[in-house]
Amino acid sequence: MLHVTPATELKVEPAEALTCNVQPLLHEIRHALARLLDEGGHTVIDLRSLPLAPGEEQQLLDELGQGEVYARLHALGPTEIIESRYPGVWIVVHYNSSDEVIGKFIEVCDIPNLLRSQQQDIQQGLEQLQAQLPEVTN
Amino acid sequence: MSKDETLGEALRRQGISRRGFLKFCAATASMMALPPSMVPAIAAALEKAMRPSVIWLSFQECTGCTESLTRSHSPTVEGLIFDAISLDYHHTLQAASGSAAEAAREAAMEENYGKYILVVDGSIPTANPGYSTIAGISNKSMLLDTAKGAAAIVSVGTCAAYGGIPKANPNPTGAVAVSDLIKDKPIINVPGCPPIPVVITGVLAHFLTFGSIPELDALGRPKAYYGQSIHDRCYRRPFYDKGLFANSFDDEGAKLGWCLYKLGCKGPTTYNACATTKWNEGTSFPIEAGHPCLGCSEPDFWDGGGFYKALSMPTEDITRAAVYAVGAGAAAGVALGAMNRAKKTRAVKAHEKVTINDLEKGADDD
Repeated sequence: MLHVTPATELKVEPAEALTCNVQPLLHEIRHALARLLDEGGHTVIDLRSLPLAPGEEQQLLDELGQGEVYARLHALGPTEIIESRYPGVWIVVHYNSSDEVIGKFIEVCDIPNLLRSQQQDIQQGLEQLQAQLPEVTN
Repeated sequence: MSKDETLGEALRRQGISRRGFLKFCAATASMMALPPSMVPAIAAALEKAMRPSVIWLSFQECTGCTESLTRSHSPTVEGLIFDAISLDYHHTLQAASGSAAEAAREAAMEENYGKYILVVDGSIPTANPGYSTIAGISNKSMLLDTAKGAAAIVSVGTCAAYGGIPKANPNPTGAVAVSDLIKDKPIINVPGCPPIPVVITGVLAHFLTFGSIPELDALGRPKAYYGQSIHDRCYRRPFYDKGLFANSFDDEGAKLGWCLYKLGCKGPTTYNACATTKWNEGTSFPIEAGHPCLGCSEPDFWDGGGFYKALSMPTEDITRAAVYAVGAGAAAGVALGAMNRAKKTRAVKAHEKVTINDLEKGADDD
């Protein structure tokens, strides 16, 4: 389970960060947020592709903190979608059905796409509802 | 999943929502080491992907590669990739054996001629076909026969990719790699002892998604996973840059997590995804556990001069090598080779075993 501490005054000191990758990542997120405001650009950062020392990922998550939204999806195993204390910065963690992490991303957007109902699913849902209510005519 | 069904159709039939499919695509993109911006393209391609037939041959191997793959408990992603392929022959995993198993292989070859993916783990003995046979068929004969109708070959593990441990000196079975015998098919090398499971499935996912082989490096490895050295992606790299090294496995430097270069780490010459993808669902990798990289995804890693000798160290004491050089009137490099051969001969005669003390002594000497 993902551990994100509530908003705190944690600051990342370069000397403590082994790879020194946490601060550049925070700056990348800052640039992405500015882009989101200016152009509406959606940025996704795959945390699995970055070299982070033990503890550094947690340091990053602690720095991002937890904001107002926490969502848990159940689609091919659970997915946690958490808005950080910086609105527009989301932490998305995919688990498999054995609760093992299969993907961990930072998304900078107004809402992660996975939270939206998908057209195909809406269509399927409509068909199911129609089947449940045979007397309803279009 | 029938062979005429696309992956998208199969997932919908299994009741998997579009949202679930998009999650699958996001995890697959990460698995293939592709940028997240590729997810829409992957979703579009996977939606239409047809189920390819896979024939998996195991030759001179320890089953570690299959263990690695089957121990990857990610039933929703790697599992789906395997649902999405038709694993028609894998003699370690299948129930059938002997002639019944061979009949399944031949049937799959005939039905999918020119289209199936051939996965091979293990090296192939060439000194004597009797060293390794399956249902009375020599490994070499089975490989040559099965490779004829393959669309592409994936050499899984260092043994299949480069000969691996069976090829280590003195190579008693005359072990060779798949690429030593097959010259007319695209071959993707996925080395490692064993390879990271997600790299194996990532390569299969790439083929499934794009219907083509990924971009390869000079040693035939997918650049997405083997494009950068362990050293360049290692979280201990800053210590190397500052000259802070562990000199033994229990000194202060080791406890502080400093660079393991002096303890023989082969990270600078090893190309693999361990430092970022890591093992056991992204938990850790050897260097994070305090052990130097052995360089297992590189050719001839077993004969690299000692796991605990720093890369910059000669394989023998340099002053003794100089004496050899003067005596033989040869260049120092030749002398080192002569000395190593002499040492090997002595070791073979005396049937020497390497002890922990020898390893510690080697580390102290460095």
